[in-house]
Amino acid sequence: MKSSVITFPGSNCDRDMDVALKKFGFKNKMVWHADTELPKSDLVVLPGGFSYGDYLRCGSMASKSKIMKSVINFANSGGMVMGICNGFQILVETGLVPGVLLRNKYLEFICKNVFVKINDKQNKYFKNVSSEVLEFHIAHNEGNYFCTDNQLKEIEDNNQIAIKYCDENGKIEDEFNPNGSIKNIAGIFNREKNVLGMMPHPERMIDKCLSGDDGSLFFKNLINNLK
Amino acid sequence: MKISVIITLKKDVLDPQGKVIHQTLDGMGFDDVNEVRQGKYFEIDTKETDNDKAKTKVEEMCKKLLANLVIENYKIIDPK
Repeated sequence: MKSSVITFPGSNCDRDMDVALKKFGFKNKMVWHADTELPKSDLVVLPGGFSYGDYLRCGSMASKSKIMKSVINFANSGGMVMGICNGFQILVETGLVPGVLLRNKYLEFICKNVFVKINDKQNKYFKNVSSEVLEFHIAHNEGNYFCTDNQLKEIEDNNQIAIKYCDENGKIEDEFNPNGSIKNIAGIFNREKNVLGMMPHPERMIDKCLSGDDGSLFFKNLINNLK
Repeated sequence: MKISVIITLKKDVLDPQGKVIHQTLDGMGFDDVNEVRQGKYFEIDTKETDNDKAKTKVEEMCKKLLANLVIENYKIIDPK
């Protein structure tokens, strides 16, 4: 399986993602934002970080960069595109997934482990994951998912909510919502579910000794689903 | 020609920064404030000399980059 990780000026989780993808069997290539052609890929990842210093709105500049034209075409023709954290912010700015990510409700940068409940398994990202609840890491200032009432109805009707913030038992309550996201949303799909944007970082959870192992579950499962 | 643009959050969108500014103003003694909404202001100096054409272009900039229309409104201020 081939993957590509796009590096924007200000990306800082691109190498972590590279390490994670390779650890679970992907042949990964790093792709510079100013390139115009995407290498042949089974998965494209927009990594976390602070592309263009979060100027204007997080992800807005990166969403207009040269490589993104190819990424958007790739996604529109059914290619698997995953945006993590700043990558999610870039995805919403391209319009590939609905909604926006606002400043966290209590205005603080949040950096901690959270639990997320998988809301939909009818997709290549979470199909066959052996656990309903995963422990991931979040680190963001703008992760407060927001969309219009019409958009929310549409994404709920189409089962586009991928994961929701919860407690360790999978209970979804306001108190387990770290950033004020509508409906505790931590990640969403496009309509066809080949594009996934999520705030939590699975690539930070691939080593039991360092952090946790739920990212390993995610990546092992992902590469199996793509085979 | 210089054209100014003001971007504001739509009415239903939560503005935590505006809220904190409001609270701070309250604390400073400005206690008659109903609400504060924070926005953005741009000055765009364009080579275009035709007023209408310049405004049309800036409008396109607003739609494509400067504003995110899911949460923001833009207002182009007539060049003088």
